[in-house]
Amino acid sequence: MRRRLALPPAVLPALGVGLFVAAWAAAVALSRTRLVPGPLDVVRALGELLAHGLLLRYLVASLFRVTWGFVLAALVAIPAGIALALSRRAEAALNPLVQVLRPISPLAWIPISILWFGVGDGAAVWLIFVATFFSLLVTVIRAVHDVDPVHKNAAWNFGLDRRRLVRQVIFPAILPQLIVGLRLALGIAWLVVVAAEMIAVDSGLGFLIVDARNAGNRYDLVVAGMVMIGAVGLLLDTLVRRLERLPAVAWGFSG
Amino acid sequence: MTPGRPKVAIRGLGMTFTTPDKQVEVLRGIDLEVREGELLCVLGPSGCGKSTLLNVVAGFLRPSEGEVRIDGELVTAPNPRRIFVFQERGVFPWLTVEGNIGFGLWRLSEAERRERVAHYVALVGLQGFEHAYPQELSGGMKQRVEVARAFAVDPDVLYLDEPFGALDSITRLQMRRELLRIWQREKKTVLFVTHDIDESVQLADRVVVMSARPAEIRRIVTIDVPHPRDLSSPRYIELRDGIFEEIGLAHRV
Repeated sequence: MRRRLALPPAVLPALGVGLFVAAWAAAVALSRTRLVPGPLDVVRALGELLAHGLLLRYLVASLFRVTWGFVLAALVAIPAGIALALSRRAEAALNPLVQVLRPISPLAWIPISILWFGVGDGAAVWLIFVATFFSLLVTVIRAVHDVDPVHKNAAWNFGLDRRRLVRQVIFPAILPQLIVGLRLALGIAWLVVVAAEMIAVDSGLGFLIVDARNAGNRYDLVVAGMVMIGAVGLLLDTLVRRLERLPAVAWGFSG
Repeated sequence: MTPGRPKVAIRGLGMTFTTPDKQVEVLRGIDLEVREGELLCVLGPSGCGKSTLLNVVAGFLRPSEGEVRIDGELVTAPNPRRIFVFQERGVFPWLTVEGNIGFGLWRLSEAERRERVAHYVALVGLQGFEHAYPQELSGGMKQRVEVARAFAVDPDVLYLDEPFGALDSITRLQMRRELLRIWQREKKTVLFVTHDIDESVQLADRVVVMSARPAEIRRIVTIDVPHPRDLSSPRYIELRDGIFEEIGLAHRV
């Protein structure tokens, strides 16, 4: 067996990003293209945004919409999913509806959300809500069905009423799958907020991108917006991933 | 072995599962009485339906025929007075050892609950592991948590469904010894399902030998060897060999 050199964990990722940026800079410089800004242009653009206070303002605006849409969706989808999964009749009645609504792209809701909420935060929050609600609902229903029957029987045997069953068995049992579902939903929310902001509002990182193009083809600002979106998306995902290490859910992630 | 008063009465019990394309008869004409404080083993080949019998007696399944009465009352659902001990996977992975053992104790005050949990943690020898999560424990330790969780609610009757089946043979022997110790101390009525002939003869006051599916009672063997049992005593060997022959197995490998 060949021994590999032990590297600090950050070295290879930094190398990958560094190589990409170098290749990007070289390609732009050598081709003298005007179709793509170089990395330095983008850094300058980020500095410009920061100096005008726009970066922070737009970032907060986007995070505000994502937080509301996502939190509302979770607050409705988790209890609704548990209730549906525990009632055979309710599930039989509502499951087809969920299955029809779920594959509708959240972007298809844009006209209706503007009609209902006007141009503004409401429309964006609603879009994020519909984009994440069905995905979360389906995750919760499936997770409740996956709860080990042995655990449900034990709860029954110890005489738990419905409230205790949900609080002490069902909820903790679905938590690992729920965290995975929340992670996916937050990813979707972050994708959708950008699209929503391109159409339905006049602030946020998505708005920054269309605005920079419309107001004078500032593609350095466009790419700066894209870089920010990627970085914040990664940060959000990392934060939710931390939840997987909590001792009360770690059992669901140990394989 | 002082025969107590009748505790569990099973009469004319039959169970048939109906699937869309066929009917499977699993239990047929089971009549059985379990006395208070008795440790009764139900012994049968894998898949014979003895586990179904235990699930019916515990109230998880409704029988197709016949009835189960406990203290004269018809069993229609599980009851916290009678706890079913699953194999080790019955412990809740999201709770610590303490949380698992105290699971059925929410009716008690915080102080009583803590005291009861500490008592059973000690009884099954898990001191020092109170705050450990099940995935940090071995199979035998998880099984002890499961048994302690059942004993902690102070039930009259315990149902054990091949509780030590997944353990290695040394741990299994230790667990049997511990079960006997706790049983002798707390004097519960125990129904213990197993496919292991030695296990049944080591533990039981009486062994109920079941046939293959549909399971009927073939014979009930009284194990009149006092605890602690000498596994090489002539009487023990005679009883064990009798059951081997009853099941139709030569016991030479």
